Amino acid sequence: MEVLKIATAGSVDDGKSTLIGRLLYDTKSLTDDKLEAIEKSSKKKGYDYLDFSLATDGLVAEREQGITIDVAHIYFSTATRSYIIADTPGHVEYTRNMVTGASTSQVAIILIDARHGVIEQTYRHFFINNLLRIKDVIVAVNKMDLVNFSEERYNEIKADFEKLVEKSDYEDQHITYIPVSALKGDNVVEKSTVMTWFNGETLLDHLEKLDTVNIYNRGKMRFPVQYVIRPKTEEFHDFRGYAGKVYGGEINVGDEVVVLPSETKTRIKEIFFNGKKYQSAARRSSISISLENNVNVSRGDMIVKANELPRMEKTFTAKVCWMCSKPLLVGSKYVLQHGVNKVLAKVNEIHHKIETDFSGVDTQVSNLQINDIASVSFQLNKPIFFDAFKEHRTNGAFILIDPQTNNTSGVGFIE
Amino acid sequence: MTEKLLINALENEAIYIFREVAAQFEKPVLLFSGGKDSITLVRLAQKAFYPAKIPFPLMHIDTGHNFPETIEFRDKLVNELGLELIVRNVQDSIDQGKVKEESGRYSSRNVLQTTTLLDAIEEFKFDACIGGARRDEEKARAKERIFSVRDDFGQWDEKNQRPELFDMLNGQIELGQNVRVFPISNWTELDVWTYIENEDLEIPSIYFAHKRDIFMRDGLIWSASEHVYKDEEEEVEERMVRFRTVGDMSCTAAVDSYATTIQEVVAEIRDSSISERGARIDDKRSEAAMEKRKQQGYF
Ligand SMILES: Nc1nc2c(ncn2[C@@H]2O[C@H](COP(=O)(O)OP(=O)(O)OP(=O)(O)O)[C@@H](O)[C@H]2O)c(=O)[nH]1
Ligand SMILES: [Mg+2]
Repeated sequence: MEVLKIATAGSVDDGKSTLIGRLLYDTKSLTDDKLEAIEKSSKKKGYDYLDFSLATDGLVAEREQGITIDVAHIYFSTATRSYIIADTPGHVEYTRNMVTGASTSQVAIILIDARHGVIEQTYRHFFINNLLRIKDVIVAVNKMDLVNFSEERYNEIKADFEKLVEKSDYEDQHITYIPVSALKGDNVVEKSTVMTWFNGETLLDHLEKLDTVNIYNRGKMRFPVQYVIRPKTEEFHDFRGYAGKVYGGEINVGDEVVVLPSETKTRIKEIFFNGKKYQSAARRSSISISLENNVNVSRGDMIVKANELPRMEKTFTAKVCWMCSKPLLVGSKYVLQHGVNKVLAKVNEIHHKIETDFSGVDTQVSNLQINDIASVSFQLNKPIFFDAFKEHRTNGAFILIDPQTNNTSGVGFIE
Repeated sequence: MTEKLLINALENEAIYIFREVAAQFEKPVLLFSGGKDSITLVRLAQKAFYPAKIPFPLMHIDTGHNFPETIEFRDKLVNELGLELIVRNVQDSIDQGKVKEESGRYSSRNVLQTTTLLDAIEEFKFDACIGGARRDEEKARAKERIFSVRDDFGQWDEKNQRPELFDMLNGQIELGQNVRVFPISNWTELDVWTYIENEDLEIPSIYFAHKRDIFMRDGLIWSASEHVYKDEEEEVEERMVRFRTVGDMSCTAAVDSYATTIQEVVAEIRDSSISERGARIDDKRSEAAMEKRKQQGYF
């Protein structure tokens, strides 16, 4: 079955976890034992309603503080498709976890508390979703029950958000506005009986009708070699398969390809999946291939179609989202992981910090603090084979690993 | 050979993860319990490396209180597929005085496994342990990364996990640390069962309905066995049951069922109004039971 990945976004207490709990409840995805546990905990806390956030806030610290700290992945399915929802934290301190949740998603739901309207975290999260090139964004104006389900208030917030959209340079993006009450269930799965002034679809209806073919950002075919399969058994004595995942486009037997970095030209001889041979494989399939010529290929190399070469360079500029409490400094060195390829990288220059309020203001800074986003240029010890992130959502991204702590300290989107 | 490969997104993701493990680590191991999730893992690992053999051993932490059917199945599978199996016993940890056997009504060896596991990791210097945990099982598990770093003491620092972006997996660790890897993180219980059906995988017989001596406690169906503590008043009866998850006998409850084929099991799971973990006695201990166990190095 088809799988659609969705990430939530929005400020602390806007109701992200509650909304997901409501989706589960109204689609009958909560099993009796889970529901019982929610009823029990809600009662214990003295609530006269069901606190659905208890379904997703899985850590003790989260339940104690009533906030989400780390992403939870929640699963449910309808007759149409399977959904994976990343319940992300709204707190600024945990932005890195929000980015983690959003990076694998195709759809974002940005929540806004109807009482507070568009606030700093709203545009920060919208900005990050745009940085990640999330194509379908749903703006859910939540807690409508607390503003008397007012159409006027909804329109005000919608207009404010539209001003942000105007400043964004992401043209293919599709934005949908829905007034909801996560707590009471209005316009989540069931149409609101109070907000009759709203003619649009409910949240679930919108998700069910999404065209999942066009939601992916396609690009050119990229085949990064993950692993070389050499059985060395009698039966497969000379077998040499290059294992990897296909990104961007389709791969076919007979395709004229180039192996990078050696730039050797050859053709795809065979495509295997679990011992069976195939004529072609679609994007996202984990296959292994063999090549016509005897070429030297190892992990980190990339196979591309002959007329679709990526950029192959040792310097580039990228937007970096910093996720580590130890600041990024000019001159510091990191391990740069681009797909499955690792190289060493030195920070050449921090051009400017990018404000996430769409103001377009660029601030000069000498270092990057946690949760900062900036334009940074790098110098590598070896060239990598990349595309601009805008053209290729997988081949244009990388992570920075701190060689001292081994932590993933930042993520970059190549310009 | 003219076919176009049709992809199963979850299967492809899992294969990708297996290959990352083989490429990034020196000494990986697949933790094999004999349950449906680890059987699925073995199948996926075979696909990831075919026609080469799975490039790492399996390891079973045997509590000594397993269902005999599971152990029988384990040995048969390992034999048929020509896999390498390491077994480490909780009984040895008890005999060495490293852990103390629980006693009384809810006694179980489930928690004791952690010590045996951590010792085995140290003994073999494993740097990556592949497990079949899924995020849909339990709400603390829903917080797990695919590559989850554990410190020298095997502990999970749940409030400070590494960001995991796109499908880039960072397996860099310090000496002494290890990574727990969860290739089927994004699968649901139904996904696993459907896969078992489609792939025609063999599974231990206790997953199918069978007659068993049981007794009732706290609304759950317990197996009557020498390994399970039972009060005098708790009456044993025979009933048609099956298991949805296969853990230690002392912490796995059965469910009423007449499903004797994989098709019937899949249909039953699809209609079930109780979650898989609803029949896990270990999770009923408290709302935070799983999180606590994970912090201490449990799977
Ligand atoms: N009245 C009303 N309250 C709501 C609604 N949605 C959420 N709440 C309440 O708002 C509070 C915060 O909800 P959460 O779902 O925990 O918020 P969150 O966005 O997940 O917060 P973080 O994860 O910490 O960023 C809870 O007390 C909810 O019950 C709504 O539609 N109406
Ligand atoms: Mg939350």
